[in-house]
Amino acid sequence: MALISGVVFGVGLTIAGMLDPSKISGFLDIFGVWDPSLAFVMAGGVVVNAVGHRFVMRRSVPLFAPRFLLPSFASIDRPLLLGSALFGIGWGVSGLCPGPVLGNLLLLPEKMGLFAAIVCGGLWVGRALKQRLEKSRVD
Amino acid sequence: MIINWDSFTPLASLGGGILIGIAALFLMMTTGRVMGVSGILSGLFSAGEPKLWRLAFLGGTLLGPLLIYTITGTPIASEMVSDGWLFYGAAFLVGIGTALGSGCTSGHGICGLARFSGRSLVAVITFMTMAVITVYVIRHSGLGG
Repeated sequence: MALISGVVFGVGLTIAGMLDPSKISGFLDIFGVWDPSLAFVMAGGVVVNAVGHRFVMRRSVPLFAPRFLLPSFASIDRPLLLGSALFGIGWGVSGLCPGPVLGNLLLLPEKMGLFAAIVCGGLWVGRALKQRLEKSRVD
Repeated sequence: MIINWDSFTPLASLGGGILIGIAALFLMMTTGRVMGVSGILSGLFSAGEPKLWRLAFLGGTLLGPLLIYTITGTPIASEMVSDGWLFYGAAFLVGIGTALGSGCTSGHGICGLARFSGRSLVAVITFMTMAVITVYVIRHSGLGG
């Protein structure tokens, strides 16, 4: 089931134009010659998901898992702000967020292989850092 | 504000976005999981987390674009906008940033906003703002060469 979801996600990214860093960059360049396309990706994804989510949540459990695992609405903390800011810089420079990195991987392996490996390294470091920050707050 | 009409693809982007929304709903309906790519990826590095559904989803994300390429036979546009240390430095920022911030464009942007999560709204505003500033600095300030 997760495989089907992944394929639909990958196809959606491709059709939407999300795999093209120059298009992402054109969307972020609101002070230049602006390409608003990605606002339509966000709008389509969010509206469909928001409407559908209400129906999915009428069930008490998912079809093939014991329960829904939803993030808690925890408070807005420093890791959230710092992490999102760093991600924004990286996204702005490269035009690539994690989904499209994977989507491009088999199409442009020589260009994206090392990039994807460094993203994974960053995720690993960030994850360890977040756990340390959360632990120090509890102690 | 000047619109780039030549590269504007409202219908394809809306259609792609709708598919992304359907993928997120399908994953939630079947596995009970949020479709956040950075979270799904980083869970692979955590000992206690189940891996199979993660690998299946990520494998599908790898295959989807290849499927389109195979069916249509036309190359999928993907033009890089940076190179060298800037390009690979950005990769590290994307990784560490989404791990610290607990989400990326899919998790916070598509799924979090759809659930009206305040955390996700703040995350999306933060990374969008920083990305817009970054592109402005690179393209228009003269610093980016």
